[in-house]
Formats: sequence, structure tokens, C-alpha cells
Amino acid sequence: MSSLERNEASISKTSSSFNIDFKALGPFLALVGLFILGTAINEAFLSSGNLSNIFTRAAFIGIIAVGATFVITAGGIDLSVGSMAAFISGAMIVVMNTLVATLGAGVETVLIGVLVSILLGIAAGAINGLVSTKGKIEAFIVTLGTMGIYRSLVTYMADGGTLSLDFGVRGVYRPIYYGDVLGIPVPVLVFFAVAVAGYVLLNMTPFGRKCFAIGSNEQVARYSAIHVDRVKTLTYVIQGLCVSLATIIYVPRLGSASSSTGVLWELEAIAAVIIGGTMLKGGYGRIWGTVVGAIMLTTIGNILNLTDAISNYLNGAVQGLIIIVAVFLQRGDWRRKKSK
Amino acid sequence: MTDAAIDAVHPDQQAPIRLSGRHISKSFGSARVLFDVSIDLRAGEVHALLGENGAGKSTLVKILSGYHQPSSGELFLDQAPVEFLDSESGENHGVILIHQELNLAEQLTVEENIFLGREIKRGWFLDKAAMRHEAKKLLDQLQCDIDPRTRIRDLPVSDRQMVEIAKALSKKADILILDEPTAVLTGREVEILFDQIKRLRKQGVAILYISHKLDEIKDIADRVTVLRDGCLITTQPVAGLEKDDMARLMVGRDIKQMFPDREPSHAADVVLSVRDVCVDGQVRDASFDLRRGEVLGFAGIVGAGRTALMEAIIGLREKSAGQIERNGAPIQINSLQDAKKYGIAYLTKDRKGSGLLLNMEMRPNLTLLALEKFGRVIIDRKAEEAALEAAIEAFDIRAADRKSKVGDFSGGNQQKLLLAKVMETDPDIVIIDEPTRGIDIGTKSQIYHFIGDLTNRGKSVILLSSEMPEMLGLSDRIAVMAAGCITGILEGNDRNEHEIMRHATGISGKQGVSVHE
Ligand SMILES: Nc1ncnc2c1ncn2[C@@H]1O[C@H](COP(=O)(O)OP(=O)(O)OP(=O)(O)O)[C@@H](O)[C@H]1O
Ligand SMILES: [Mg+2]
Repeated sequence: MSSLERNEASISKTSSSFNIDFKALGPFLALVGLFILGTAINEAFLSSGNLSNIFTRAAFIGIIAVGATFVITAGGIDLSVGSMAAFISGAMIVVMNTLVATLGAGVETVLIGVLVSILLGIAAGAINGLVSTKGKIEAFIVTLGTMGIYRSLVTYMADGGTLSLDFGVRGVYRPIYYGDVLGIPVPVLVFFAVAVAGYVLLNMTPFGRKCFAIGSNEQVARYSAIHVDRVKTLTYVIQGLCVSLATIIYVPRLGSASSSTGVLWELEAIAAVIIGGTMLKGGYGRIWGTVVGAIMLTTIGNILNLTDAISNYLNGAVQGLIIIVAVFLQRGDWRRKKSK
Repeated sequence: MTDAAIDAVHPDQQAPIRLSGRHISKSFGSARVLFDVSIDLRAGEVHALLGENGAGKSTLVKILSGYHQPSSGELFLDQAPVEFLDSESGENHGVILIHQELNLAEQLTVEENIFLGREIKRGWFLDKAAMRHEAKKLLDQLQCDIDPRTRIRDLPVSDRQMVEIAKALSKKADILILDEPTAVLTGREVEILFDQIKRLRKQGVAILYISHKLDEIKDIADRVTVLRDGCLITTQPVAGLEKDDMARLMVGRDIKQMFPDREPSHAADVVLSVRDVCVDGQVRDASFDLRRGEVLGFAGIVGAGRTALMEAIIGLREKSAGQIERNGAPIQINSLQDAKKYGIAYLTKDRKGSGLLLNMEMRPNLTLLALEKFGRVIIDRKAEEAALEAAIEAFDIRAADRKSKVGDFSGGNQQKLLLAKVMETDPDIVIIDEPTRGIDIGTKSQIYHFIGDLTNRGKSVILLSSEMPEMLGLSDRIAVMAAGCITGILEGNDRNEHEIMRHATGISGKQGVSVHE
């Protein structure tokens, strides 16, 4: 160690460029690893039916997580997304069921339901954003509060039970979840579109740049003539919109909503974001990472389903472990510490 | 401490060498920052380290104190090879570094910061009373009357620096390294610091002192080491070196003219006029006019309300009364966005806290304030790159790696980037708060000439500065504030240090309000 000419320069150069690549590619590599593991465990893993199943399921969390990427990049957090999804599903079902009487179980009914969902998503996001920015209350607290509120609202609407979508409407609405275009399931297409839009918005527009700036240092953002409150509120609105899109896809799948709809989705969404390399403390976000993170989380569950080696009930434990390991690997400085 | 060290009241070649770095080189990734630098610190000497921004001074002292590991080369403590694995092991060997960038926990109190990680305990519990008492004693020693229970985030930067110094003093250093401690201090605080440094020198402490203020070096240092572009240029006694010599050694050429030649235009139109602006508890009835093409200086001691007044003008702070006119028409400025719209830009003095995004690279930092210029829907990366190219050229920003985080830049290069960022909006009126804090003499001159060019192009500048030569060398008129009031606006022959001091202390001019801060 103490030899006079430690030629560390070249070593540190290679290791640092390796770190950068590793950081950007880490989630992708991990996903490839999971796929190899899945195939090794069961041939059926790679069947097109199973893959489309994985991606369709990943679409829910993924779409929500794209919204969460904005919130977290701008230094916020939204814990209410799971309850919000449940509440919006419930409201959609109530509205559509009511409309059946007047409009019948047709496309119009579904369209109005979709519209209601979008409006509610935007409103719910705006409430989270405005209360935390104008009221100067930590987003953690505000969204913890709205999380409870939305959850109890859906329980109230369902009167403690389950809200079921009218059977006729279900038939009309079905293709949104079960349909496909050129063999690609609709939810996957929506997921892809949301991800592309999110990528463009976060990485290529002034709005996205402002999110990064606010997340890294709000004071600097303020001194750079950025409307901090407005931008932050907008991130919550985007989050609300994403939740509403996810809900629109989710409702035809089960055709019902209850107080247990969307439970713990907020944690899965945040986990997907973090696994993807976005920094929880803000200032750096990566949409593609989030997409991969969401697919990883669903893949883990899927693999556990295909094997008997680990009980399916341990799904949460395995996911938790993967989250911690992923974040640990991304920090990148474990390497340097070790080499010392 | 050795007996020899205690004897070493007069620094001379015979005083023992306490700490030395031999053949130190350092690279960050592919960027080489230090090349084969050697330096000795003797007991009882004040050793100054000079060099341009980015010369590698901070990097060298971080290596000497264990914050960085050298890529090659060795450290010796009392002639024996030593390796500091981290800053803690450096401190355990008696090497204490006061960082260039303040390193305090903002949410903690002064006393908690001073004893952070070395809390005084009684049994298992913290002995708060003892810590408060000690902290008070340390602050008294620095004639700094802040309450040890104040939170750091509520203190102005100069007080924070004093807390850093108190913290370092409490660690009983054998080797004390100060990286630009006076960049944020006022004249009186500098004197207090120098008294402490002299006291420590008498006790045989080896002191390494970095500063861009060459007058200070002549005052306090015994020897000086000069770095240029990461290479050792010379180590020699200060006696016999003039300021110009030091500047030449640092920059590698003569600095012919520090300040630009300007022709103040007293007849030009008024572009901004401020009438009776008040800020609760900070500023009272401030009025002044700013003309096209002029530099209007604002002098005053810390806490006189200069920054508060400027922040009120540009909409970062609430005005409790007053009007602002732009080119004769009344305007409303309620936010920085409004100010930008009226062509007014503000360069903050707190580049770390409100100026730059330290975790990001140069490009997004440069364009952040003028983002709409680079596309309203999609940001034009190419235009950004071009702007960066131009800014690097215009402001002579020297970054080893363009992609590295701004936080890793030398202080002076950060300052130049901040200036470039503000100028990116192409303002007509620029309010500049301490533009040359932590900037080397060559770059200072560049910035002064840059300000001169601005005014020649018909822009107007409001300059807040605590450096008297800068104030006198650049300003056409000087407004002086004391206790929240503008006590006078000095013109012509009145523009001198004596008059400024008289107005700043409230001896002359309009009487100030008493302001509690
Ligand atoms: N952690 C780091 N990673 C990459 N580059 C760095 C790092 N720290 C410093 N540098 C680079 O090393 C060079 C020397 O920086 P240093 O801070 O030592 O300069 P300095 O002499 O203290 O300048 P100043 O007077 O402006 O404070 C700069 O080009 C800087 O960008
Ligand atoms: Mg430095």
C-alpha cells in the first residue's frame, strides 16, 4: 500500500468508467439475470403467454411508477397512490353503474367513466401538490393523510364490501385489459406510451430540467427563477394522471373495487423507481430505470410462481431483498471502500 | 508536542519540520490535478499556499489531512512516514483542516456542531452544560457573540466560518490548515482570526494558510509555496516578496491593469429608480437611482441590509413599502421571474446554497436561469453545448472534466460558472453580490474587465462588495448603508475609504434605524 509509486491513476480511471456503466446498466443487467434464472427454473418462463402476462401485470405498477419518478426526482414523495387507485376505481364503477340506467351499457358509459377517472386523478394529484406546497407541509405527511382519506372513501362507497361493475359494461370495457394490437396486450402498449412520454418530458423538456433542479436544491431553483411550487404541484398532477391511467386499465381486469384494492401499490411503485436508479432524496431520475424496476418486481413474483423451491408467500421477502441489494449495488462506493 | 516545537517562537530554517508531503501526485479519474508536489510545514510557522483557481491547493491540503489519498507520493509526520486513511486518522495525528466550503450540519446548533462526533459525556449521557460552557468559551476567544444554541442555518456565512474556526481550535491542532478562511469574513473578524493564528504560531503549531488576498499573506505568512496548474513553482520566505511578485508567480505573467478604464457617464438616463423601499426589520426607506452604463457600489458592514434590499428589489423578499421604476415607468416585481422579465439579474453571494446545483454538471447549471432561451417545448442540447462552449471561453472556466459535478470544481471556477449562468439571461441590469469571493487575482482582474465591458455596452451594474479596493476601483458612485438605511451616496472626491467608513459606521450621513438580526 505504501509503496512510493502506487499507480492508482490508471486503476481508478477504469474503475470509475466501469462504475458509470454499471450504474446505468445495472437494472438492465439484473433483469437479464432474472430472465436467465427464470428460464433455468422453468422452460415455460419464456413462453409468449407467460411473458405477456409479466408485462401486462408490470404495466399497473409501471405506469404509476413513471409518475412517481417525477415526484421523487423533484424531491417529493407520494404515499397515496395505492389508495388513490382504489378510490378512483370505486368512483368509476359507481359512475358507470349509475349511467347504465340512462345511457345503457355502451361505449359512452365507459368513456364517461374514463373521463371521470382522469379528472379525479388530476384533482387528487393537485390536492396533494397544493396542500404540500402552499400549506408548506411535508409531502410525506400530506400524502400519508390523503392515503388514509382515499382508502376510507372507497370503503365508504362500497359500504365495507365490494363494488362490482355492471355485467353489461364489463363486456364492452373488457378489451382495454384483455385486448391486443398486433399481439401486444393493450396495457403493455399504454405502459410503453406512458414511459416514452415520461422519458421525453423528464429528460428533454424545460419542465423535466426544473424537476431535477428542484430535487437537487430547492433554494438554487428558486434563485434560478423557477416557479418551484408550480413545478412541484405539477409533478403530483402527473402522478395522479398516471394513477388514473393505471386504474382505467385495472378496472376491467377484476371488474370490482374494494377497500383492499391497490394495497401497498405505493411501496411497489416507489421500489420500482428506486431500483431503477432514481435517487430517493431527489435531483436525479431515470424513467427507463423505473420501467425496468417495475418489470423486475413482477418477474420476481412470476418466477416464484413457477418454482416450488421458495414458497409463494415469501414473494414480499424476496422483493424486499432485491430492492436493498439493488440500491446497495447502485451506490457504487462499496467498491472503493473495499479496495482500500 | 516536542520541546523543540515549543522553543520555535521565531520561525526559521532550524525549526523542525512537522508535516511534509513528498512527491505528491493526484488524479481524479482521468484528470491529473497534482504533479509531484512537495511541501514542508515547520513548527511555529505560518506557511501560505498560493495559486490560481484550480491550481490544486484544496486538493493538496485535503491530501495532507487525510480527506483524499494521494495517487502517488508520501506523507511524513515528524520525519516518519505516515499514512492517513481518512480525515479522522489525520485528526488523530493532530492535523486539522478547515475546509474551503463550510462543513457544518445546518440543522444542528452551534454547540452541537463544535462537538460533533466528540461530544462531552458524563457517564452515558451528553453533558450539555459542559459543552455549552466550552462552546461559549471558544466563541468568546474569537470575540464572536453568537448564542451557542443558535442553529447554523440561522447564521450568516461569516458567523458560520467563525464557528468552523472555533471548532478547529477546540480540536487542539498541532498542524492547522485553513483553506481560504477569510473569503467570507469581515475586516474585524479577519483581525481576530489573525490574532489567534499568531497565538498558535507562538505555541509552535504549524499553520498552512490558503488565501487569494495577497495583502493578508504579506501580513501573516512566514513562507509561501506557489502552485500553478498542479505543479510546484517555488517555496520561499515571504520577506522580500511584493504582492506583484506573488501574483506573477501564481499567474505566470504580469497583471498589467487590475481595473478597467471606464468613463463614468453622469448624464446617462436613469434605468432603475428605487423609492422608499422598506423591508421589515432590515431596510428602511431606501432610495437610489441607477443610470445606464454605471457601476453603483453598495458598501456597508455585514448586517447593514444591503443583501436584504437587493433581494427585495428583485422579488426574492417581501417589501413592506416602496416603489420601483424601470426607465421611468413604475413596475411591480413580486418574484425573480418578474425581475428577469424586466431585464434585471441577480448574482447571489451564496454560490453553494443558492447559486449552483453542486451534484450536476456544468451544462444544466449554466442554462438553468435562461432555460426558455434553449427551447420552450424541447431543450435544444446542441444550443446548450454551444452556450457552454462560449461561456467556458468567455469566462475562462477551467474544468479538468466538463462532465464532472460542479461540486468538484475549485471554488473560483464555480464562481466563474455562476457569473456565466447569470449572464446567460443577457440582463440590462446586473446586481452582483460579492463577485470575487474566493477568486484568484488574475481571474479577479478578468472579472473586473468583464464588468467594465458590460457597462461600456450600456448595461448597468449594482455591486455589493466587502473588498474596498474592488469597491473603489470599479464603482462610479458608492451608496453606503448602515443599520438598514442608505446613509449616503458618495460621488467624485468623496469616493474614498475614509468617507465610506464614516458612513458605514453611522458617524456621517443619515441616521440609521436600529435593526435586530
Ligand atoms: N473530487 C474531484 N473530482 C474531480 N475533480 C476534482 C475533484 N476535486 C478537485 N478536482 C479538480 O481538481 C482541480 C484542482 O482543484 P482544487 O479545488 O484543488 O483547486 P484550488 O487550487 O483549491 O482552487 P480555488 O482557489 O478555486 O479554491 C480542479 O480542476 C478541480 O476541478
Ligand atoms: Mg480551493
